Amino acid sequence: MTFPFLSVITFAPLVAGLGILLLPPERKDVARATALVTAAFTVLLSGLLYFGYDQAAGGFQFVEDVAWIPQLGIRYHMGVDGFSLPMLLLTGIVLLTGVMISWGVEDRAREYMAFFLILSVGVFGVFAALDLFLFFFLLEIAVFPKFLMIVVWGYPKTREYGGMKLTLYLFLASLVALVGVLALYAALPAGARSFGLLDLAAANFSPELQRWVFPLIFGGFAIMGAIFPLHSWAPDGHVAAPTAISMMLAGVEMKIGMYAALRLGVYLLPEGAKFWAPVIVVFALVNVIYAAYIALIQKDFKYIIGFSSVSHMGLVMLGFATLNPLGLTGAGLQMFSHGVMTALFFSIVGMVYDRAHTRMLPELGGLMQRMPWAGIAFLVGGFTSMGMPGFSGFVAEIPIYLGLWQGVALDPINLPGFMTTAWFFPLAAVISALSIVITAAYILLAVRRVFFGQLPAQLAELPDVSALDKVALGLLSGLMIVVGLYPAIMAPLVESGLRPVLQALGGG
Amino acid sequence: MSPELVSLTWLIPVPPLVSFFLIILLTNRSKALSHTIAIASIATSFVLSWIVAFAAFGTPHFGAEDAIGALSVPWFDVGSGAFMMGVLVDPLTAIMLFFASTAMLAIFVYSVGYGNYGKKLDPHDKPGWPAHNGVDPLYSRFFAYLSLFAFGMLVLILADNLLLMFMGWEVMGLCSYLLIGFWYARKYDDPNKITPRQAGVKAFMTTRVADVIMLLGIVYLYYATGTLSFREIMFAHEGEWLHHLASTPSLIVGLSQASLIGILLLIGTIGKSAQFPLHTWLPDAMEGPTPVSAMIHAAAMVSAGVYAVIRMYPVLAADGLIAHTAEAAGHAAEAAAHGPVITTPMGVLAFIGAFTALFAATIAVSQNDVKKVLAYSTISQLGFMLAALGIGGYVAAAFHLMTHAFFKALLFLGSGSIIHGMEHGAHHAHDHASDPQDMRFMGGLRHKMPITFVTFFIGGMALAGLPLVTAGFWSKDEILLDAFLHAPLVFYTLALAALLTAFYTTRQLWMVFFGAPRSPSAEQAHESSWTMTAPLVVLSVFAVGAGWLNIPADFPLFGQLVASLGLEPGWLHHFLGGTLVEHPEAPAFTPVPLITSVVVALGGILLGWLVYRNAWKTSSDVDPVERGIGSVLYGLLKNKYWVDELYDVLFVKPAFWLGRVFFTGIDKGVIDGFLHGVAWISLGVGNVFRDYFDKPVVNGASDGSGVAVKWAGRELRPIQTGRVQHYLVMVMAGAAVIGAFMWMAR
Repeated sequence: MTFPFLSVITFAPLVAGLGILLLPPERKDVARATALVTAAFTVLLSGLLYFGYDQAAGGFQFVEDVAWIPQLGIRYHMGVDGFSLPMLLLTGIVLLTGVMISWGVEDRAREYMAFFLILSVGVFGVFAALDLFLFFFLLEIAVFPKFLMIVVWGYPKTREYGGMKLTLYLFLASLVALVGVLALYAALPAGARSFGLLDLAAANFSPELQRWVFPLIFGGFAIMGAIFPLHSWAPDGHVAAPTAISMMLAGVEMKIGMYAALRLGVYLLPEGAKFWAPVIVVFALVNVIYAAYIALIQKDFKYIIGFSSVSHMGLVMLGFATLNPLGLTGAGLQMFSHGVMTALFFSIVGMVYDRAHTRMLPELGGLMQRMPWAGIAFLVGGFTSMGMPGFSGFVAEIPIYLGLWQGVALDPINLPGFMTTAWFFPLAAVISALSIVITAAYILLAVRRVFFGQLPAQLAELPDVSALDKVALGLLSGLMIVVGLYPAIMAPLVESGLRPVLQALGGG
Repeated sequence: MSPELVSLTWLIPVPPLVSFFLIILLTNRSKALSHTIAIASIATSFVLSWIVAFAAFGTPHFGAEDAIGALSVPWFDVGSGAFMMGVLVDPLTAIMLFFASTAMLAIFVYSVGYGNYGKKLDPHDKPGWPAHNGVDPLYSRFFAYLSLFAFGMLVLILADNLLLMFMGWEVMGLCSYLLIGFWYARKYDDPNKITPRQAGVKAFMTTRVADVIMLLGIVYLYYATGTLSFREIMFAHEGEWLHHLASTPSLIVGLSQASLIGILLLIGTIGKSAQFPLHTWLPDAMEGPTPVSAMIHAAAMVSAGVYAVIRMYPVLAADGLIAHTAEAAGHAAEAAAHGPVITTPMGVLAFIGAFTALFAATIAVSQNDVKKVLAYSTISQLGFMLAALGIGGYVAAAFHLMTHAFFKALLFLGSGSIIHGMEHGAHHAHDHASDPQDMRFMGGLRHKMPITFVTFFIGGMALAGLPLVTAGFWSKDEILLDAFLHAPLVFYTLALAALLTAFYTTRQLWMVFFGAPRSPSAEQAHESSWTMTAPLVVLSVFAVGAGWLNIPADFPLFGQLVASLGLEPGWLHHFLGGTLVEHPEAPAFTPVPLITSVVVALGGILLGWLVYRNAWKTSSDVDPVERGIGSVLYGLLKNKYWVDELYDVLFVKPAFWLGRVFFTGIDKGVIDGFLHGVAWISLGVGNVFRDYFDKPVVNGASDGSGVAVKWAGRELRPIQTGRVQHYLVMVMAGAAVIGAFMWMAR
């Protein structure tokens, strides 16, 4: 057996986190340094896998597969492909930059770093898990530190409410999805029951089964991706969370929802996906437009970003609902692009709040003069967010729109008539494109009111961001520009990862 | 064109991009180094552009497939073929390269003087405010943005496909946002006056709306044809795609795909080129520094809008192919005599263009800000071009685009020089009462700023279309000729607009340069530095000379004159026509439009002189036109027909209102309300269980076991350390034990 890269990436933060907890509480710098080194290590390893993955060969690579609970057909089975690798890398990057910008946390810094690392275990794990039992197991591991961190270090006014809301919703999400998965498990013939992703994909479930299980799995995970109307946990939870957790939650956790919706939903149940695609389009459209409008009127800087995440996740869902290569690839790119972008946004909001002690737009202004790095990085993120060419958002959104206009051939069964006309997908593209305008509006509004204009007197002596903050901002902005200018670094990889899904759907 | 030269074209946009990154990342602190890099980069692009352009001019039959230069590589591949990047040099590109690079070089050099280079940094100046008398604090950044802007423009010109063109288009949109809001901290005492940062957002948002619609057009085009390459769509297999697009019905009943796509694409242009009803951003864009105005209004952004329509013209006109084919069956000769078929998108274009030309010209008459007059005149002139395209005047539109770029860049830079001189005067005279941009406070500047005066006068005459000697006359005349032959209504509208153009230009010249100075600033104003005046002189040469590129062969006297000088009459027509599959016929000489254009130009100038020669004794005089037409009507013009206010009520306010309804009504009201209701009911159920079942029934039974639990608790207390990390270790130990059990039990 080859070196177990994936297990090492997944469990290194666990080991480091537990080790940090054994330190005396006053050794904060050792705790921070350990976290930083561990995070950098995971980035390095996932980068190694990212560039070491053999695209020509395709499929799952770096596989580890041992029996775990054989009576139930449960295995410890890990592996990555072109769809999960960018997510793995994203997790590492958000972990690393999260540690960097949390350097200044003084309140129980040791526990903060430890829990943050332990939280990432589940996140890394789910992107590598090829056994659905293992998947859910790792998914739930992350819940405890997540809840704790929001409630202990979060925004004092809303942390209990936000933390509780978020945790309950995420439990609901995984519960619904788990019911769906168990239904699939039970549908397998008695001797051959398995939680293996590949086994289930090969099982060829009957279309009837697929149609009623699909909403459970896709819908359950879509809650994790903040689908309307079950989205309200996301802004509230993200705003209540401390900065690094907001970055991790919005940057990566929401992607888990979408990742699983595709991998467990569309991939295992292609017939179900085809049946429900237009319905997903409708819900996703609401997400895209509705959340963008709400972001437009927020007075709280952090809520703008919170709702903008909800809006952008709608675009990912739209891409998935196209069920064609362009749309799916665009959605895959958007997951990475949005993850980096939103992590950047939340880190900047954190930096502003830590210094200005307010997040209210009317009390801010002119910060470009005091913290130019944060201002410019916010502009980079903003341009990514509104799909400007040269930034990763553009190369993600263009394929989504191209794919959406094409749409997918639908069976005209049991669906409202308008969903099966030639109009449907182009109209969806038109409506969702409206969000580009609204996005530009709320981003520019935020830029104008936070970074441009008059600097209020009480903020005149605001300190600039730290050197480590600049490294984090530079890293995140740099990634968006690199992918934006040279998308070949990611697009073909993502596309190779989606090929099995497309094959399952019966196309190229 | 030789392959070496084609590979050279790749390099044209690169230097400004390099310059942008160099300045932003490295040389930001050194002003001299920054502007040297920027000017060197644009000069390199300029030289390369001219080499390529003149090589193209010298190639016989340049438009033919084997003569053009094209090169394309995949950008990223998701198995769809949509994402290619490449350059294309055809006649249209060559012309664009020729004038855009020239104008941009002039603008760059001019910016050195405009930014007060060489003067000390004034300690009172703050970043984000216009400098008073010292060098601009953000001087370097300005050159970085200009470079990026130039990069966007060059990419747009050279792109061989719509996607890349769109990217250049968006880069310019981004830069115009950054540049218009360059003085981001600036605030005015008058709260109703738009600040630069608001103007930047407004420009960006307005063009954004149009861009999104254009993007949908691109998406639709890709859906319909599977390619975004210009050559493939328009030329491959004898224009098979155009036929396909024109003969396939679109989603909207009654329109072909070509028409719908054409309309979607041209809406992008309406935004970018500031045509009615999306014109409102452009006058406010005057909040940016003046070189920016020249960049946006002459050399780059607005030209880009017209360029896009010229580029996509075959798609807009595709329906005509079908009509031609149908007619050709019977009356080939008759069909040819009718001239171009005006398709639906062309009709839209003709209407919007002609309407905007007149509409903006009326507003320009009433403006007092020296740059706003020019802004509205730009909108109006772009209307001329689009109207020309709408009636099939392909070459005329491109011709006017080129001459306009020269004289409008000249005028904007000239106005910058005027403002600069006025600010100088204000500084010396300690005059804070007069607005240095307001023409009412000017007057008599011809003596103070002679070079600026002469060059501005030349530019103004070109704009007014002074017959025979200025480039503006030749190009405008060509448009009028096309309109006269194909669309009389457009002809009358444009003729009226041309009359107003000559009128307001004379008004402007008079208010600024003639009469006596009307403020201390104007008395003390003086000429700008050579870096500012030299570009003016160069541009004024082109503002006169560019007209000679396309003097029709059958034009009385001049046709022969041009030929006898060794130039080719109607050269542009011949050359540019090669961009299209079918060469457009040069319109035959007709006296009526010629007489008309001479009369409106001279008449407008004369009228302006008559009305204004004795007006404006002091800065508080009432405009003679206002006295003439009454203050109500004049107020309508002065307030730009209240379009801004209308949009605020129609679009901006409802967007925020909708946001609030979604948030407080649905999100906080319905969704969270439901959620909190569920939580409340659950708690209620819990209480019922507790009070009526748990306490009386379960507790009674369990009191006995409580004793045992108490004992266990006492014994286990030592491990309750209250430290989270100990608990975690215990949890892990427990998990290990369970795991071991499972392992043994398997």
